[in-house]
Amino acid sequence: MTHGYNFAYLDEQTKRMIRRALLKAVAIPGHQIPFGGREMPLPYGWGTGGIQLTAAVLGASDVLKVIDQGADDTTNAVSIRRFFARTAGVATTTVTTQATVIQTRHRIPETPLRDGQIMVYQVPLPEPLAKLEPSRAEAARMHALAEYGLMQVKLYEDVTRYGHVSISYDYPVLANHRYLMSPSPIPAFDNPKLHMSPALQLFGAGREKRLYALPPWTEVRSLDFDDHPFRATRAPQVCGLCGAADSYLDEVVIDDRGSRLFVCSDTDYCAGRQEAGHGG
Amino acid sequence: MADDTLLAARGLSRRFGAVQALDNVDAELWPGEVLAIVGESGSGKTTLLDVLSGRLRPDRGVAWYRDPAGALHDVHAMPEPMLRALHRSDWGFVRQNPRDALRLGVTAGGNVGERLMAQGARHYGRIRDTAQDWLERVEIDASRMDDLPRTFSGGMLQRLQIARTLVTHPRLVFMDEPTGGLDVSVQARLLDLIRTLVANLHIAVVLVTHDLSVARLLAHRIMVMQRGCVVESGLTDQVLDDPHHPYTQLLVSSVLQA
Amino acid sequence: MAYVAVKGGERAIDNAHAWLAEARRGAAAVPELGVEQIAAQLGRAVERVMAEGSLYDRELAALAIKQAQGDLIEAAFLLRAYRTTLPRFAASLPVDTGSMRPLRRISAIFKDLPGGQVLGPTTDYTHRLLDFALLAEARPPAAPEAAASDAATPRVHDILGAEGLIEADAPGSAEPFDLTRAPLGFPAGRDARLQALARGDEGFLLALGYATQRGYGNTHPFVGEIRMGEVAVEIEPPELGFAIEIGDLALTECQMVTQFAGSKTEPPQFTRGYGLAFGQSERKAMAMALVDRSLRAEELGEDATAPSQNVEFVLSHCDNIEATGFVEHLKLPHYVDFQSELETVRRMRGERGA
Repeated sequence: MTHGYNFAYLDEQTKRMIRRALLKAVAIPGHQIPFGGREMPLPYGWGTGGIQLTAAVLGASDVLKVIDQGADDTTNAVSIRRFFARTAGVATTTVTTQATVIQTRHRIPETPLRDGQIMVYQVPLPEPLAKLEPSRAEAARMHALAEYGLMQVKLYEDVTRYGHVSISYDYPVLANHRYLMSPSPIPAFDNPKLHMSPALQLFGAGREKRLYALPPWTEVRSLDFDDHPFRATRAPQVCGLCGAADSYLDEVVIDDRGSRLFVCSDTDYCAGRQEAGHGG
Repeated sequence: MADDTLLAARGLSRRFGAVQALDNVDAELWPGEVLAIVGESGSGKTTLLDVLSGRLRPDRGVAWYRDPAGALHDVHAMPEPMLRALHRSDWGFVRQNPRDALRLGVTAGGNVGERLMAQGARHYGRIRDTAQDWLERVEIDASRMDDLPRTFSGGMLQRLQIARTLVTHPRLVFMDEPTGGLDVSVQARLLDLIRTLVANLHIAVVLVTHDLSVARLLAHRIMVMQRGCVVESGLTDQVLDDPHHPYTQLLVSSVLQA
Repeated sequence: MAYVAVKGGERAIDNAHAWLAEARRGAAAVPELGVEQIAAQLGRAVERVMAEGSLYDRELAALAIKQAQGDLIEAAFLLRAYRTTLPRFAASLPVDTGSMRPLRRISAIFKDLPGGQVLGPTTDYTHRLLDFALLAEARPPAAPEAAASDAATPRVHDILGAEGLIEADAPGSAEPFDLTRAPLGFPAGRDARLQALARGDEGFLLALGYATQRGYGNTHPFVGEIRMGEVAVEIEPPELGFAIEIGDLALTECQMVTQFAGSKTEPPQFTRGYGLAFGQSERKAMAMALVDRSLRAEELGEDATAPSQNVEFVLSHCDNIEATGFVEHLKLPHYVDFQSELETVRRMRGERGA
């Protein structure tokens, strides 16, 4: 553990400030709470929001898992896991079921989460209306009045133009029937996992200094039309390593003739299946 | 106000710096009635429209709106969510420049469907059917439904704005020079369309115009404004055929000369 | 063929860091740069890093520049990340720039004025010819010295203000907004705006300020005064009840005298734009003053049409640490999202072909 810094890097007062904001966020699912985000020793965009939230909720007995793109061994996941191993000295794991806190960028693990686990999402743009309404002041007003017709118009235009909604990640959801929310840039495939999750889900946007949350067992609906219902899609292949047909797949180019291999993006899930004797 | 009045105002005043834009104005509107507010530019007619529709707060005076259940609401005391909801459903606003009201990057069908979706419509097929029906009602070919408004002519844009406004069957529509800026032949067709739609759907309209011929064609009643005051009001034909106030006489005679 | 997932991120990171340290040091035959040298001889860089890093500490700024291999945004980031770990003891009283004994003080709107025009150590009138003498170590001849004047140098703003010709200072709040502790919200007060501009990117503000001069949000500016020198920083601990001096800061202050405003009831008065930066940072202070004034468009009843007049646009994008983070984060892996886009495009192409 690195000396000279407080447990999990942030000072206790800052952590308290973040936890107070988190309590608000849990009380109003999907509603963005401004917080006095600090400069972290990692750059904005690398997960400073998620890191601050993790730091605020982490305790000495926690077991931390960090994934980026579903993998524990991507460089940024490695870097963040080391950061907490150094500053908090907590145990770390790559096994989803063993973790008490999971910080993630762009994926939700395939293994179902359980009661008592905390998911921390790294969020680049917390404002789901940003692409339609760049002014944050006006977007805040639209949230306050629940004026989300414009987002539905965007879906209407997609269906009209492409035959279905063309959003494939960061697919907007309605939390607890009230607030329009960005699920962070997870693939739409993962959206159903947000719904009625037994885990506490926290979302941190460091650069934008906003956080929001989904308490356990919150209803989360992906926006759609009754006659064009939301569909979670994945590559139609099975995993080349573990044979899974239900997991989200990465597409790897394996030679200069453009041959492709599809493998699980969730490395822990894939390894677990391979150990259990499944093969590609 | 009478039991069936839709909109009523008493003593509305509003000042902009040294200019008295509205001076103690009363107004009344019944369901299905078209009321024209006429006057030269600077007479206060657009200010009156903005105050009546809740977009602008008066310095003094009050305006009431009667909702479908019969309850009266002070337009300027209404909480903002309620006023905005009203503007999306029971009320409509037709601007002089349709480009200010339409989303030019959204298809014609999407523009018409927006108010439905804002009210919670979630069936794509039905939204489209309704949008198509409305495009036909305003004489826009259904084949243009998936086109962007930027490819439309000025007259089509204005008709699209009307379809977008009327799709939720509002009871009250505010119109600000709806035919201004259009060619005379296009104007005539649009006026005819507005008159038919408003009559068939029994919509009450507050119409601001500087053009007395527009007022004569559409309005049941007329209010003549000068320097923030209503100088004359009454049935349209009466006022225009037999103007009493010198200012009204001047307006009518200048039209005749033109 | 067999496929093995890429592992070893940890070792790759360690190796990258080792290589970086070696590259930073450069050729071992060249003497290592000392932090004192940077602090003393690269003053403008140090001051820019202090401003954008929002921490006044020449030594740490010099260290950050050394560590960042001269990348000033990276250096400002290092300083910020350090600054955020420091406790906040107090908010200082407003510094009194009027009582500054300026090393440099110029006004473009008066030929002469009390306290005089003082050029100071400026590059303004140097001819930009490379000085090859600097290739070798050379000690410059001593600059001539004169006895310091005791004459007061009142602020030009106060001189104009005595006649009511320029808008007065707005009453300050007892405890100003603190951008380093609280998130920026909109509408943003002038205190929040000035803080964001003061640590905003010099290049961004320069470009925006320049744009106002070329017609995108013109403010009709005159340099009322630029002054540079040291001021005392005072705090008033509640347990003492009186102010005590805790140190000195070198500052550059720019007061722009801009477009007058008035109405039938109020006599016309010049308006102001304000810029303040650590050290000798004239370009920054001037650009900041232009943008500050431009951001007041709405308050002063002007049409806000240019980017420099849009408070949300300017404040949300002037911080180069935030900006560089979000731009550069695009190089992090995004293959999960890209995969979902690939599948969507493939599906749509398939449907079209079917």
